[in-house]
Amino acid sequence: MRLTRKSAQPADSAVKGLGITRRQFLQRSGATTGGLAAAGFMGNTMMRRADAREKTQVSDAPIETKRTICSHCSVGCGSYAEVQEGVWTRQEPAFDHPVNRGAHCAKGASLREHGHSTRRLKYPMKLEGGEWKRLSWEQAIEEVGDKVLQLRDNYGPDSVYWLGSAKFSNEQAYLMRKFAAMFGTNNTDHQARICHSTTVAGVANTWGYGAMTNSLNDMHNSKSIIFIGSNPTEAHPIAMQHILIAKERGANIIVVDPRFTRTAAKADKYVRLRPGSDVAYTWGLLWHIFENGWEDKEYINNRVYGMDKVREEVAAFPPEVVESITGVSKEDMYDVAKRLADNRPGCVVWCMGGTQHTTGNNNTRAYCILELALGNIGVSGGGANIFRGHDNVQGATDLGLMSHSLPGYYGLTEGAWQHWGEIWGLDQEWLKSRFDQTEYTDGKPMYANGITVSRWIDGVLEQDENIAQRSSLKGMFYWGHAVNSQTRGPEMKKAMGKLELMVIVDPYPTVAAVMHGRSDGVYLLPATGQFETSGSVTNTSRSLQWRDKVIEPLFESRTDHEIMYLLAKKLGFAEQMFKNIQVNGNEPLIEDITREFNKGMWTVGYTGQSPERLKLHQQNWHTFSFETLQAESGPAKGDYYGLPWPCWGNPDMAHPGTPLLYDMSKSVKEGGLTFRARFGVERDGVNLLADGVFSKGSDLNDGYPEFTAEMLKQLGWWEELTDEEKTAAEGKNWKTDLSGGIQRVVIDHGCAPFGNAKARCEVWTFPDPIPKHREPLYTPRRDLVKEYPTWDDVQSLYRLPTLYRSIQEEDFSQRYPLTLTSGRLVEYEGGGEETRSISWLAELQQEMFVEINPEMAEELGIANDDTVWVEGAEKGRVKVKALVTPRVGRDVVFMPFHFGGIFEGENLHDHYPEGSAPYVLGESANTATTYGYDSVTQMQESKVTLCRIEKATA
Amino acid sequence: MTKMKFVCDAERCIECNGCVTACKNANETAWGIQRRRVVTIDDGKPTEVSISVACMHCDDAPCMAVCPTDCFHKTDDGIVLHDKDLCIGCGYCLYACPFGAPQFPKQAAFGERGKMDKCTYCAGGPADTKEEEYEKYGANRIAEGKLPLCAEMCATKALMAGPTDTLTDLFRERMEKRGQSLDAWQPMHNDQSSETAATLNLDRMAYDASRQV
Repeated sequence: MRLTRKSAQPADSAVKGLGITRRQFLQRSGATTGGLAAAGFMGNTMMRRADAREKTQVSDAPIETKRTICSHCSVGCGSYAEVQEGVWTRQEPAFDHPVNRGAHCAKGASLREHGHSTRRLKYPMKLEGGEWKRLSWEQAIEEVGDKVLQLRDNYGPDSVYWLGSAKFSNEQAYLMRKFAAMFGTNNTDHQARICHSTTVAGVANTWGYGAMTNSLNDMHNSKSIIFIGSNPTEAHPIAMQHILIAKERGANIIVVDPRFTRTAAKADKYVRLRPGSDVAYTWGLLWHIFENGWEDKEYINNRVYGMDKVREEVAAFPPEVVESITGVSKEDMYDVAKRLADNRPGCVVWCMGGTQHTTGNNNTRAYCILELALGNIGVSGGGANIFRGHDNVQGATDLGLMSHSLPGYYGLTEGAWQHWGEIWGLDQEWLKSRFDQTEYTDGKPMYANGITVSRWIDGVLEQDENIAQRSSLKGMFYWGHAVNSQTRGPEMKKAMGKLELMVIVDPYPTVAAVMHGRSDGVYLLPATGQFETSGSVTNTSRSLQWRDKVIEPLFESRTDHEIMYLLAKKLGFAEQMFKNIQVNGNEPLIEDITREFNKGMWTVGYTGQSPERLKLHQQNWHTFSFETLQAESGPAKGDYYGLPWPCWGNPDMAHPGTPLLYDMSKSVKEGGLTFRARFGVERDGVNLLADGVFSKGSDLNDGYPEFTAEMLKQLGWWEELTDEEKTAAEGKNWKTDLSGGIQRVVIDHGCAPFGNAKARCEVWTFPDPIPKHREPLYTPRRDLVKEYPTWDDVQSLYRLPTLYRSIQEEDFSQRYPLTLTSGRLVEYEGGGEETRSISWLAELQQEMFVEINPEMAEELGIANDDTVWVEGAEKGRVKVKALVTPRVGRDVVFMPFHFGGIFEGENLHDHYPEGSAPYVLGESANTATTYGYDSVTQMQESKVTLCRIEKATA
Repeated sequence: MTKMKFVCDAERCIECNGCVTACKNANETAWGIQRRRVVTIDDGKPTEVSISVACMHCDDAPCMAVCPTDCFHKTDDGIVLHDKDLCIGCGYCLYACPFGAPQFPKQAAFGERGKMDKCTYCAGGPADTKEEEYEKYGANRIAEGKLPLCAEMCATKALMAGPTDTLTDLFRERMEKRGQSLDAWQPMHNDQSSETAATLNLDRMAYDASRQV
């Protein structure tokens, strides 16, 4: 970074800011060459304070100290909030917190401003004749509810989309899913779809659960760490504390990325690969591993199915082929493969760089297979350490806020509805009556995957006859969602214009409130952030953490669960929805919601984490080890921090949580585990169960399938159930026995409730059973399309036609020669509306930019700091500053995706309700991104497309 | 009497700007005033390295030497503070400071800058009441036995604050640990036996040693 001073006024002021931005970005001639000393003398003669807000008052009032968890990323950093007379006056580091030891990144160190932000939505509003008009809560709920009921009557329950959030607590996420179910639709989803859905699908289909296998703290034990499409220094900065500890202990750090990221700056080895070539890259590593016999043969024999088929595929990726596809030389491939082979146990870390592709599910499975070949899964220091994005994207996924499943990954089968119907204490017929009972292409809507968040645009724009439900979407709820984190901006705007109802429920107006081009039919309902309520949140290491309420809701905002209650009441299903949940005034009791999902989440072991146990952990942060996460003393002694799921059985079984998935060196009772038997016991005559290996202390000394009541009887363990448990467990299995008896008994026998199987490399239910390299839809490498084509178009996937070949067939690379990719900045998060409304953060990143390699910039006649137009292959255009840097390769350009509020050159500042525009606005990268969806999960393709760049003339 | 210092371990600094917003959080300085900032050298190149910089609370502080109104003073802990009532906003200290620590709230005609503002090591400054102290200088954590919030919140424990002796010990320990594997960070890889690699490692080690302190 240059020693330059940042702009002295917020960039959203009417006067155009100085354009000083992104640290090193500014290479202005002359004025700043004296560095910081000279900076104070630059231009800009008039200055004003960023905000009218005065400093927090100094007070001698008694201090209440609250324990909370950062609401930004999934690392889950603890923090102490000091509150005086209801005002958040201080933020103190939690040195005793087992994950972050007091540390924070820019976002975490500015949490306190969440308690003071003036840019929040302050009261309910509606857009009427192009003006924002204030409403009372009663009016707002009444009007919105009437409109929703009208849409339901006219077009059926699937016409309204309930887009939820990874920013919810676990309780709120669960409640939102339940809400959609009660409304009678599966058209509900959240950001996991556009974040790690391909991970969840790919990884769960490989070995059982689609989550980070080990913990951040366990990475201390890694001998090598390979990051593919992950940049923790900006996206998960506190993870770097652990990663650097591993490095200081001798771990080999390898970064594979199209950009030389800030993480790469800390690595032992950096490899630049072409965006979208992950499978070829991974097979290239495996080629060397197989060639040199570095694979862990015994491990593969005992615990892995289908590696032979991988070998066949990998054989087609010798070094010269890999170099052609990925751009990585044979020497570099060998070097990395050898580092991985020589430094075991090692782990792989991937994030959006791997997941956000049409081939995302192939990528994630390829990474898993690499680790399986090296024997790295299920051991301390190893693992597939998939860093999740938002603070509670793991929890919201687990709790089923998705269009293809009920909570706990039970799916949408009749059995799943029966299971949850029983927990909810509801009659199946009533539940059914809430849904459209017509049969469409995908089946009956109740049992068919709903439209995904990535595709709601098409859900609105597509012709009714092409959608596998009664009509296109007519009403959208954006409940804690940044629309600018989604691709295809111009089409999104079109979709918004076509809707009959837009409701934004959020602490901030969000880009959805300003980009629609409408003059009516938009409602804003102010929700609180997580510091204005309490509840649990699941971090990337699967640990559940309890948050205290720090302050009372600001302005007229209300908690999300209260708003859900108000709407449920208006829509007429509050009685059913809150049957087991106490409601105080209008606010459902959080702990009752936790207890309710505890009763049903057997599949992933969210059953042992009672509110009481979680609060005990929260009050005893200091007792948990920074190395192992296990409490060494105190009231939670023996437990792992946050009872990382699966935490089997009922809370009184006192399971300590599972710190490392599939670690057979511990007994299941102590947090050990096997690979899950999820895919049957045999395939084409080949055994799918583990071969002669089992977790410590297991009474069954070989592989075994998942447990059912019948199996217990066959094994002679049935009599160990109590009479009550027997009644409940009869005819059930480990997932559906609500007494927890089956889980208790099998764990007493040292067995894993879900069986003991092999991980599988071949997912025969996916479009590519063995992951294949396929060129991106918008590829600059036309020469590779023939050999590595995408899939055929699909008639209906998640209710919508999905295009592949028909897009790839056309050559866009002549007009759009540059590859466009996107990513994060440390100061902002997601769509950035919240973080750009925090002045301490906004001050640090004031302008949207595009990174261009110096060679390419020279070729295009673009200088650093020039204003340029970036036009995506579908003609979406953004006007941004050029940042000329060798960080990106010659043919790749990069844009951060946190900006919004300027659309194709038009500043939308005045469309925000007065006083609620973020401090910093900018073009959204996703205005220029294009079509493309994963073939299994409908993940959006935002990491590789094509674009062109021209210098802006005006 | 021991002296309080900052030290930033460049091998650990990840340029996350946590220290910058922690400072904002503790002191609530106005938009545009950054008492602390992170400097990155060779941005985007293989030699990229970052370091967090603020007032270094120099032993022989140039700002103190040049100030025409003698507004600076040094506490018993070695913390350099200034009196905003005495400051005339001339900017001499800004010219004198090798680190660019002094900040000025205004940039008006005729060089009007307003009262200088800089890192106080979270030790407040001269004022009659706590309210006035916070308004003018920000937090006084030192009075409560706490360290500056920037260092306390550092993401990777790169930025450290404390008495000189403690910092020296901590830093030496890190250096010794890293040095054990020949070069400060890299473990002994397979290619260590080759002569060129060994020379390279020694070079790196020397480079690290010179760059660290």
